[in-house]
Amino acid sequence: MTSLPEKTGKKLGLVIDLDTCVGCHACVVNCKEWNTSNYGAPLSDMDAYGSNPVGTFLNRVHSYEVTPDTGLAQTVHFPKSCLHCEDAPCVTVCPTGASYKRVEDGIVLVNEDDCMGCGLCAWACPYGARELDQLAGVMKKCTLCVDRIYNDNIPEEDRVPACVRTCPAGARHFGDFADPDSPVSRLTAERGGMELMPEQGTKPVNRYLPPRQKDASLSEIKALGGDIEEPKGLLAWLDKALEAI
Amino acid sequence: MSLKPTARTEARPSPKVSDEIRKTTCYMCACRCGIDVHLQDGKVKYIEGNRDHPVNQGVLCAKGSAGIMQHYAPSRLRAPLKRTGPRGSGHFEEISWDEAYDIAVSWLKPLRETAPEKLAFFTGRDQSQSFTSWFAQAFGTPNYAAHGGFCSVNMAAAGIYTMGGAFWEFGQPDWDRTKLFMIFGVAEDHDSNPIKIGLGKLKARGAKVIGVNPIRSGYNAVADEWIGITPGTDGLFVLALIHELLKAGKVDLGYLSRYTNAGFLIGEEDGLFLRDPDTGKPMVLDRTTGKPAIYDTPGVKPDLAKTHRHAGATYRPAFLTLAETYLDPAFAPDAVADRCGLTADRIKWVAAELARVAFDEEIVLDQPWTDWKGERHDRMIGRPVAFHAMRGISAHSNGFQTCRALHVLQILLGSVEVPGGFRFKPPYPKPPEAHPKPHAGVRPGEPLDGPHLGYPMAPEHLLVNEDGSAKRIDKAFTWENPFSAHGLMHMVISNAHAGDPYRIDTLFMYMANMAWNSSMNTSEVIRMLTDTDASGEYVIPHIIYADAYSSETVAYADLILPDTTYLERHDCISLLDRPICEAEAAADAIRWPVAEPDRDVKGFQSALIDLGARLGLPGFVNEDGSQKFADYADYMVNHERRPGVGPLAGWRGENGDCHGRGAPHPDQLQKYIDNGGFWIGHIPEEAQFYKPWNQAYQDWAVEIGLFDAQAPYVFNLYLEPMRLLQRAAEGHGPVQPPDHLRERIKATMTPLPVWYEPFEETVVDKDEYPLHALTQRPMHMYHSWGSQNAWLRQITNANKLYVPGKVFDETGLAETGWAYVTSAHGRIKVPVARMEALNERTVWTWNAIGKKRGAWSLSDDAPEATNGFLLNHLINELLPPKGDGRRWANSDPVTGQAAWFDLRVKIEKAPPGGPSEPAHPPLKSPVGKGPKTIAYGEDF
Repeated sequence: MTSLPEKTGKKLGLVIDLDTCVGCHACVVNCKEWNTSNYGAPLSDMDAYGSNPVGTFLNRVHSYEVTPDTGLAQTVHFPKSCLHCEDAPCVTVCPTGASYKRVEDGIVLVNEDDCMGCGLCAWACPYGARELDQLAGVMKKCTLCVDRIYNDNIPEEDRVPACVRTCPAGARHFGDFADPDSPVSRLTAERGGMELMPEQGTKPVNRYLPPRQKDASLSEIKALGGDIEEPKGLLAWLDKALEAI
Repeated sequence: MSLKPTARTEARPSPKVSDEIRKTTCYMCACRCGIDVHLQDGKVKYIEGNRDHPVNQGVLCAKGSAGIMQHYAPSRLRAPLKRTGPRGSGHFEEISWDEAYDIAVSWLKPLRETAPEKLAFFTGRDQSQSFTSWFAQAFGTPNYAAHGGFCSVNMAAAGIYTMGGAFWEFGQPDWDRTKLFMIFGVAEDHDSNPIKIGLGKLKARGAKVIGVNPIRSGYNAVADEWIGITPGTDGLFVLALIHELLKAGKVDLGYLSRYTNAGFLIGEEDGLFLRDPDTGKPMVLDRTTGKPAIYDTPGVKPDLAKTHRHAGATYRPAFLTLAETYLDPAFAPDAVADRCGLTADRIKWVAAELARVAFDEEIVLDQPWTDWKGERHDRMIGRPVAFHAMRGISAHSNGFQTCRALHVLQILLGSVEVPGGFRFKPPYPKPPEAHPKPHAGVRPGEPLDGPHLGYPMAPEHLLVNEDGSAKRIDKAFTWENPFSAHGLMHMVISNAHAGDPYRIDTLFMYMANMAWNSSMNTSEVIRMLTDTDASGEYVIPHIIYADAYSSETVAYADLILPDTTYLERHDCISLLDRPICEAEAAADAIRWPVAEPDRDVKGFQSALIDLGARLGLPGFVNEDGSQKFADYADYMVNHERRPGVGPLAGWRGENGDCHGRGAPHPDQLQKYIDNGGFWIGHIPEEAQFYKPWNQAYQDWAVEIGLFDAQAPYVFNLYLEPMRLLQRAAEGHGPVQPPDHLRERIKATMTPLPVWYEPFEETVVDKDEYPLHALTQRPMHMYHSWGSQNAWLRQITNANKLYVPGKVFDETGLAETGWAYVTSAHGRIKVPVARMEALNERTVWTWNAIGKKRGAWSLSDDAPEATNGFLLNHLINELLPPKGDGRRWANSDPVTGQAAWFDLRVKIEKAPPGGPSEPAHPPLKSPVGKGPKTIAYGEDF
């Protein structure tokens, strides 16, 4: 089985703002188009124009309905990709060493040359963040766009994962969680950023910002309570108000 | 095939991204974002947002990111097609462009010489309307429009008539300053990326969002407050907000008296403005002198309260009538709450919150400016409340008045064209009187007597013959829908089939899937397209259709002109048309062929250039009869609509250094390409707010050629042209409506916004059909285009009907997962799902996911066809009979907008399993089916 580094230099990852994500799937598709032509095997699509089109995606958005005991039901859009866990069970379970966590930045990657497509890592991942490409027979997962973030061939401002670069609402943020002053660390602290399923003990790096409190008007009574009623009050008010202009 | 990776496996930190980046404009939906198209080995490798582009500022949505799969879609048409089997069979043969043009000319040339109106040319989701309308005008047919009539003409027309612009292309919230953003009826409606960028800005600084929508999805899911209103009652809700604001005196009287017609004196008897006899300009009562004065006289302070006696008549300021109207207890929150599906307390809360933010959180910019009367102001004062609304409120039969009510609300708050509020984008603001009037003057062999579409200001501007019959095939600008500013594309096929008001010969359409998701009553429309007369000839004799893809409508045409993909074409996103301007800048853009077509296809506009020349249309040929423009690109550079003003504003003049006005410049397109595919010209700081009344803005607009003379105006709280229609219905004036429409005109054409029950609800038994039924567009799909896209269809390839939990349980839908949904018009069988975040009297589904078998190069058992469905089958372009011997249109009585969202249904449990019904037989694909698997990028 494969070992994890004791400590990584950087802890690169994403902050995903669930209060802002509108569920538009921009990140899903831009991830697909970047990664199908870059790192590793293409992200294939089986039965692409048929009855059961199923392809490989490294990032997907799930939409959930939340029905609280009191108050109005809510819809939460939940983008999900590899969380680049510090204690990544997908790495330790790998029989060939293909799955590994990089010591320099903490990115979890698959060396596809060494991957035999056994699928153990996908079983071990509690988040369902890995997909076995049906055509190539190798395991695919989010690379944090390792071929973008250090890429000298693209402008510096674009050296972020494709999902972050494209997100129209700005709901995705990329950075180093090892640095407590980094924008992602500060955002996490300010907005109560959460780990996903901490009870699994995987110590995910990515964080989710929870939706803000909604529907204040259900509990807060607020009314203008005006008393202008036509016609006399209206004329009196108008006269006074116009005089003040 | 083994794709076991080799060279690409290693984590290379700096791979080469591509050989070249070409910057053009997206067309995966109508929003016109800038894109960077990466090419490698001549193939499209990656598409990302253009960071410098004013629309999307670098981001790109799911549709745009899936452009590769659209560009290489197996459904692309390959060559012109001539029908060889019966209509609808899908049997075609590929022909040359010369043969295609010959066929088209053989149909069209005789029509032009004898009866140009027998050509109906309707162009769907066209982004080149200033060009396609120019073709239609040169041909001489009055029968031209694009798709606005079945989309959002209520929003556009209500905005233009009320304040000289509406949402989306007309204007935008002041995203950087607004503190409260309220959206009505917005799902993934336009504009896509800018709204998401804006919401992100608001969220980042903790500004609040109120979402008014029966369905809590998308933008409404992230809204801080969700107002799950009952469909069709938005107008009532808005008028209740106005009631609350008026009752508390929370309206911006200073703004209203300066910038609106609040002070215009209205005759108590006739409801018309008191006008200065010499200039014809409306009069106000001046508070300083106590005497009437022309409204725009410098120094005049309109009185909004006092009545005035003149020549035996009494005149009241418009505002007084408005206030008295909406202070009526009938508009109180307690009176309307049940109807709206809300509590009165929540309506009151929203009104209080609007007032609090607008007046207690006022924004002041230290930016001096001068108004159109010459008065200098040392600051700009803003009310940081902004609104946006789209089809959810406009696609109802009370949609025009509802949109009017919303615009009046934002005007009462003083939040239009001020910091933090709603801001116009050039060429707007532009009031209704600055738009053309509609024209339908047909002269065989000659051009039409003027532009087709426009804004009538009085009954005299309607397009009605002496005998009362309609001049246009879609009956636009008649008493049935007098202000139909975008035409009524959804009525063309049924009217042409019925020969009402007359028969046509050739139906020529572009880019609108009228044989499927863009028509109401889809199955019946298919029947009309294939129906024959006693002699066995088709009732609509000739159909020409232009499309890039094998859509459902292709199968019903006789001649197909194959369009290119968006990466293979020239286009101009023109200031003459629907530009990409921002509140702080004028901007336009191009598309150019970043990839060469590998098929015998042609950009539709270039094909129209060729066709126009072969028909010898004025403007399309030189004096010697030779073709004037080689193609659309040539037209984009060299056509001049007015001297010095052409389709593109950037880099004009002999040296290419003029912007706005200037002679055609031969290198103009290269300058656009070098600049990233767009041109932007910033509005001076002093001119960025109060645009209708701002001297500096008016100067700037004239300078760059938006108008030829300054055109300041005030907003229309009271819309006098509506009163003129009402007066005609009361029997005044020479142009009279038919008797059967008089009562409806009186009730619906009120000069102040009114709410009335959606028409379908007044005709159907509401107990029998207890539910409202709606559609929304998914954020990752645009109309029917998404399903042919291998990536996007994996996100959504079948739609379910979402049913509120209580109804779901009561109907026992969990048992089978399928339901029959029945309207007064038809019945469909559909898969269902439970949903709680939904108005409890509403069911809904995703729009245009259902596909006809065989279309779009999908397999016949594609989920889009087996489980996907359209609500369109339940909707008729006519209302159910109401026993008066007439069939009334299922559309807004002011604009004719299709009332898609008035639909009432009932729902029953159906046996389990598909297919969804009606199940149409498969079409034969003219381009075959798509490949089994894709591994895009393996070559790179």
